[in-house]
Amino acid sequence: MNNPLYQKHIISIPDLSRQELELIVDTAQSIKQQPRPELLKNKVVASCFFEASTRTRLSFETAVQRLGGSVIGFADGGNTSLGKKGETLVDSVKVISSYSDAFFMRHPQEGAARLASEFSSVPVVNGGDGSNQHPTQTLLDLFTIYETQGSLEGLKVAFVGDLKYGRTVHSLTQALSLFGCEFYFIAPKALAMPDYIIEELNEREITYSLHDSIEEVVDELDILYMTRVQKERFDETEYQHIKSSFILRANMLEQVKDNLKILHPLPRVDEITTDVDITPYAYYFEQAENGVYARQALLALIMTNEFGAQ
Amino acid sequence: MKKKLQVEAIAHGTVIDHVPAGQGIKILKFFQLSAAQERITVGLNLPSGDQQQKDLIKVENTAFDENQANQLALFAPNATINVIEDFEVVRKFHVSTPEQIKAVFACPNSNCISHNEPIDSNFYVRHQQQEIKLKCHYCEKTFDRGLFSELD
Repeated sequence: MNNPLYQKHIISIPDLSRQELELIVDTAQSIKQQPRPELLKNKVVASCFFEASTRTRLSFETAVQRLGGSVIGFADGGNTSLGKKGETLVDSVKVISSYSDAFFMRHPQEGAARLASEFSSVPVVNGGDGSNQHPTQTLLDLFTIYETQGSLEGLKVAFVGDLKYGRTVHSLTQALSLFGCEFYFIAPKALAMPDYIIEELNEREITYSLHDSIEEVVDELDILYMTRVQKERFDETEYQHIKSSFILRANMLEQVKDNLKILHPLPRVDEITTDVDITPYAYYFEQAENGVYARQALLALIMTNEFGAQ
Repeated sequence: MKKKLQVEAIAHGTVIDHVPAGQGIKILKFFQLSAAQERITVGLNLPSGDQQQKDLIKVENTAFDENQANQLALFAPNATINVIEDFEVVRKFHVSTPEQIKAVFACPNSNCISHNEPIDSNFYVRHQQQEIKLKCHYCEKTFDRGLFSELD
């Protein structure tokens, strides 16, 4: 069995090949259909949150426990001796990796997970490093898209909201571009997709278009990926003016394709009205649940050789 | 009409030619060429064959190693380096941008982990739309060369 991810670090989506992404998605589906409660028996996984992130941490820790592993760790680095005594991350990583079979980490500084991977003797999974990467969010997004569409190939995917600061959106765009998807970017100009992502798409000759409102494209889509337009990025008058273009309401879904699914990394504030929740297109809560399966898949792949391409 | 050299010839050393006008002083500063106490001759805003102006630097008794030559490419991508012995050019080569630059520049991203840890900075050199950009190995952000104070 060939598992290219065994004992590998998972730091950044661009590090992963299309085949590796497919392997993770397939494994997530397999584990969702057939739980493996003893796969990580006798394995210890460290949960290292140098800054708080309750949702991600609970999802990771649930994934470990559902595979029969044990969790050690901390939920807020500021309250640990690591934070209070001024130890370097490099030294912390050397010690933590000697206690555990793998660890996942969240850190407020960009590049922390990459640095950790260079000093760790066990696989490191990036649970978010500042504004840089959050690869497991992208993996759960990919799994959810695959689950709802039966394929990742050639989909029409719209991203709405804060495309400038949303690392989730950046990584998912990079991942889906490996599968020939077509993109629609819907954002206020001040929160448009960053140039480096656009340049990557141009280099790969990926089709994309820019739009001012959801209505312009909603009827063409397979996936509508919503994010929050953050009020604090605008003055009050400007925010009131733009926000209506970036709020999804149930009455905007009358002509959409049957297979449309609406995703959101959560938490939502007011960018999807609650009447959308009862439509067959809403899938954001299932998406959050899938986070556990995607993280189970990842841990299973990096810590065991049970799965892999035949 | 007899041609007259505008910059005096050197016996032994290195001549850096085809430096874009304005970059000569930056190169002197970045490579700390004056620190070695060797004689340096600098020509600024000299006429160039392509009607553009250029800078030129002659450093006596000093040789650029490959690493320095590659770093030089960040200032002057089309520069040529002439190695001089006994007033003769014994070797002439073009600089080429390196694929990676370690331990030279600090990351412009103040929240990059490389500022706080006992590690060397590390950048990948990218060519985007005929511009040289540097991508940080750690924070994965890509920067224009103008954002590096060392290159300014």
